Amino acid sequence: MEHHLVLSVVARIIIPLIMLFGLYVQFHGDYGPGGGFQAGVIFASSFILYGIIFGVKKLRSVVNPTIVRCLAAFGVLLYIGVGVVGILKGGEFLNYNLLSKTSEVGQHIGIMIIELGVGITVASAMIILFFAFAKP
Amino acid sequence: MSNIDIISGALIVAGSLSIVVGLLGVYRMPDFFTRLHAASVIDTLGTILILSGLILYQGFNLVSVKLLLILIFILITTPTAAHALAKSALHGKIKPILGDD
Repeated sequence: MEHHLVLSVVARIIIPLIMLFGLYVQFHGDYGPGGGFQAGVIFASSFILYGIIFGVKKLRSVVNPTIVRCLAAFGVLLYIGVGVVGILKGGEFLNYNLLSKTSEVGQHIGIMIIELGVGITVASAMIILFFAFAKP
Repeated sequence: MSNIDIISGALIVAGSLSIVVGLLGVYRMPDFFTRLHAASVIDTLGTILILSGLILYQGFNLVSVKLLLILIFILITTPTAAHALAKSALHGKIKPILGDD
């Protein structure tokens, strides 16, 4: 949109920074404030900002709605998969301690993968919500 | 209390005062554009003063670098938000009050 020159220039500067901050919140979540849910919302907000400023049509060509729907299911699958791996290794559902040789490393890996699943699902769900409410 | 503590405290107090001034402006100004103008005082002067006071108080470490990044982010985004508000108000046929009225 040409008549939103300032907004589009600033959005081009801001959108990569928002994505970077989302990834920071995602992978710093087990040491500081943050985690999968917040990171997913922040990451999706960059796509929503793109959709608001450049139009929903362009956003649909950037992120395919079908792929986003598949990703939303994939995040849940990742979450449940980590739990099932705990069962297969002879423990309870979501037993992080058995994921690696020492229980501490196993907990790190488990939390990281589960938060990644949550983040992917939340980001995809937010983008799907935006698609559902935006005018075609 | 060292000199830097006094300077940073003075900066934080000045920032808080400018936020109070901006709030009074938002409350008392007559129309949309002057209110927006008063609100931008909060966004720019208040946050710059408070955040620079906090940076001085912290000294140079990871927290102050993060505060500096927040400051840069606010300096980019809030004028854009004010611009978008003013532009959409003009498109929505809101006329500013001029001196002759």
